[in-house]
Amino acid sequence: MATLDHYLILSAILFCIGIFGLLTRRNAIGVLMSIELMFNSANINFIAFSKFITPEALTGQIFAVFVITVAAAEAAVGLAIVVLMYRNFDIVNVDNINFMKW
Amino acid sequence: MELPIFYILAAIIIVSALFVVTLRNIFHSALMLILCFFGVAGLYVTLHADFLAAVQVLIYVGAVTILMIFAVMLTQQLTGRKIQQLNDQPLPAALIILSLLILLIVSITRTGFEIADNLEPMPTVGTIGKAFMTTYVLPFEIVSVVLLVALIGAIVIARRE
Repeated sequence: MATLDHYLILSAILFCIGIFGLLTRRNAIGVLMSIELMFNSANINFIAFSKFITPEALTGQIFAVFVITVAAAEAAVGLAIVVLMYRNFDIVNVDNINFMKW
Repeated sequence: MELPIFYILAAIIIVSALFVVTLRNIFHSALMLILCFFGVAGLYVTLHADFLAAVQVLIYVGAVTILMIFAVMLTQQLTGRKIQQLNDQPLPAALIILSLLILLIVSITRTGFEIADNLEPMPTVGTIGKAFMTTYVLPFEIVSVVLLVALIGAIVIARRE
């Protein structure tokens, strides 16, 4: 029987892989993919807590639905920005797009 | 029987997630992301979240990843083999992530959660639907408006002048 700790540790590993991708990817689409991984690890946490702590109320599952909605909105806006970036600069590397830095 | 399934799903999720963040070709990363999302959907089934597993497959596998693949196709020249996909800092990043992971695992194992007694599976769709229409009706409507505004915003941002 898998316990709550199993799920929490798996989600922690997935979250850390997501942060690693976020810090090291140069391609903006790769960064968005890493963010999706982190959203998924948060959802695993929500649903594991929902099963093990409040099995009747299902609060965690309801919050996971909200997280999925916000993740979909984030992916749509983020990819629109990536396409616009490519159209204007011919490049989607996040370390080359630094004209707003100074 | 539940534990071996959990470990298989965990192995699928972790290996495919590692491929997502390290593969050279960003298109292959997107395909690995699909595998990872399927693994997470299987994990939801082991957590008795039938509705969320279906939503995961529909929205993440069906919509978000396809959107990613569209974006990869539209920015095509970056899928070539020779382009360096990682920046110069993978080693410091890995060190920081490793220490964060150790911190998280220690704090997870040291925290005592109050596990509920009733862990029997039950159908969730009816309960979730009722909760959305009664207790959580205001957040539900707000998140609908957020999604609508985000999609209109995406169209406005990506539209040609």
